[in-house]
Amino acid sequence: MHRKLIRLLALIGIAQIVFIASSQETVRLGTPISESQLEGFDLIVAADGSGLPAGSGTALQGKAVFESRCQACHSANGEGTSGNTRLVGGDMHSAGNPIRTVGSYWPYASTVFDYVRRAMPADAPKSLSDIEVYQVTAYVLYLNGIIDQYLILNSETLTQVKMPNRDGFIDESQAQ
Amino acid sequence: MTDKTNSLEKLEHVAGNGLINRRHLLGLGLSSAGMAVASSVLAADNSLPLEIPRWSRQPGPGASGYGSRSSHTEYMQRTAGNPNPIYPGGGSSRSPLQHLQGTITPNSLHFERHHAGVPDIDPSLHKLVINGLVKQPLVFSYEDLLKYPMVSKIYFLECSGNSGSLWGANAADGSAQSIHGLVSCAEWTGIPLSTLLDEAGVEPQAQWVSAVGADAASMGRSVPLNRAMDDVLVALFQNGEPVRPEQGYPMRLFVPGCEGNISVKWLTQIKLSREPSQFRDETSKYTDTRPDRLSAQFTLPMGTKSLITSPSGQMALERQGVYQVTGIAWSGRGSIRRVEVSADGGQTWADARIESHQSEKALARFRIPWQWSGGSAVLQSRATDSRGNVQPSRSALIAEKGSLGRYHFHGIQSWSVSTSGEVSNVYA
Repeated sequence: MHRKLIRLLALIGIAQIVFIASSQETVRLGTPISESQLEGFDLIVAADGSGLPAGSGTALQGKAVFESRCQACHSANGEGTSGNTRLVGGDMHSAGNPIRTVGSYWPYASTVFDYVRRAMPADAPKSLSDIEVYQVTAYVLYLNGIIDQYLILNSETLTQVKMPNRDGFIDESQAQ
Repeated sequence: MTDKTNSLEKLEHVAGNGLINRRHLLGLGLSSAGMAVASSVLAADNSLPLEIPRWSRQPGPGASGYGSRSSHTEYMQRTAGNPNPIYPGGGSSRSPLQHLQGTITPNSLHFERHHAGVPDIDPSLHKLVINGLVKQPLVFSYEDLLKYPMVSKIYFLECSGNSGSLWGANAADGSAQSIHGLVSCAEWTGIPLSTLLDEAGVEPQAQWVSAVGADAASMGRSVPLNRAMDDVLVALFQNGEPVRPEQGYPMRLFVPGCEGNISVKWLTQIKLSREPSQFRDETSKYTDTRPDRLSAQFTLPMGTKSLITSPSGQMALERQGVYQVTGIAWSGRGSIRRVEVSADGGQTWADARIESHQSEKALARFRIPWQWSGGSAVLQSRATDSRGNVQPSRSALIAEKGSLGRYHFHGIQSWSVSTSGEVSNVYA
């Protein structure tokens, strides 16, 4: 009799725990949304080129955009005014502490597009059109001698640009 | 005074240059290193009779809707750099570690690092989106998220650039705050990210999660999915109150133990993908160039580390006697199991007492008594975590990693004490 009662109480206890656990799991308040609804919201341009928008631009076109929107901080030819503003030059294999720039350090051209579109110009982020971002990206790559001034940068050609330091990184994300 | 002198002779010295067994901590009248605080009580002339102070003779103001600190503690400030016109809103502020006690950083003094300033977010308009390699992309409102089961955990947060000046060739003058103030610790309350990812349904090809903030820089970072499914939170509360604007209001990602930048503030998007997005702040920044000129990327857990916060740089010992040496220790891979302290530049070491619950990926507070007899000394601390990782000396760290990197410094800090009692940063 006792044993049955204990078993019954135990079952009730388990049932309550299961009920609590399942009631927590059933909080599902996310509202479904489609990727097309997120086109203007999801700015991520990844290294595989996913997320690159329509449009294109050349360095030749980018020069004017750079001069009006970027040059005040990055100076003419992207040589920089201080600290992090230098965009060109450097060599990872130079003696001493190498100068790390888009040209010498950044492993992916997609990152230039992604960063310029989301965060630049620093005083008015997201104020450039996608076309202008393609143009400025092409100009910065051109200043580093990575592409010529006529290359039409678009979602296909940008992904094919191989940066000088492309193989210069070790992924430690799974190191213990 | 006689009692104290007698007891000093009985103290058990456990390491060179005056370190005393930690079991004596509670029985001693300890001196503390001088700070820029005028202490009228200590300065009182002992020959005068004590009187009832003026604040005991009239009622003070009543209860208030929101508390404030004593006007006598306003010297405790974060140090923020000057605004940089070419980097609007960018920069950092550092916690005043040398003034803090215990392990929890007050929210007003938690360090900051912003990439485009603090956005003024209306929570009723803020969205959190989960998309990419999921069965069903979802959008959550702040109100939705407040209804989810939450967990509360105490975790440290450390910028991976913290202590970075110690990679430099020369030991610059500095304080615990100016050198190491990009670390803080709080109780974070939020929703396990895995709960929300499960709701959206992670596709089997997904390996990475990109997190993006709603600040003007739309700061983004990629998190390995195995870590994202482990102990990562969407944090809504910090030390019991809604996360403050400078910490990510209304919500931030919180990746325990990992470099602070990956705990994306003002979290607005989580996107699942096969590969990392290779954002600017995980390629150009927060990466460490090695002597072979390859650069380590996604170096996420912060190293086993400790730091004496008192006595520390720019303080002064005002008289000979017994001091309480105290500091903080932490590890991105576990809890703190042991902290040793040296007063002779690392020749001999003694175990400090570790206070508080030694929880995973949180600050621990350590203390040990030390008798300063007026000679020169070099104070150091060395932490060991629950996985057996031992904090390296600065020279051992540089021998292993080189000195081309700028982030993830976790070597031993040396504070020199001069014969006149001045404490300063040195390499030893």
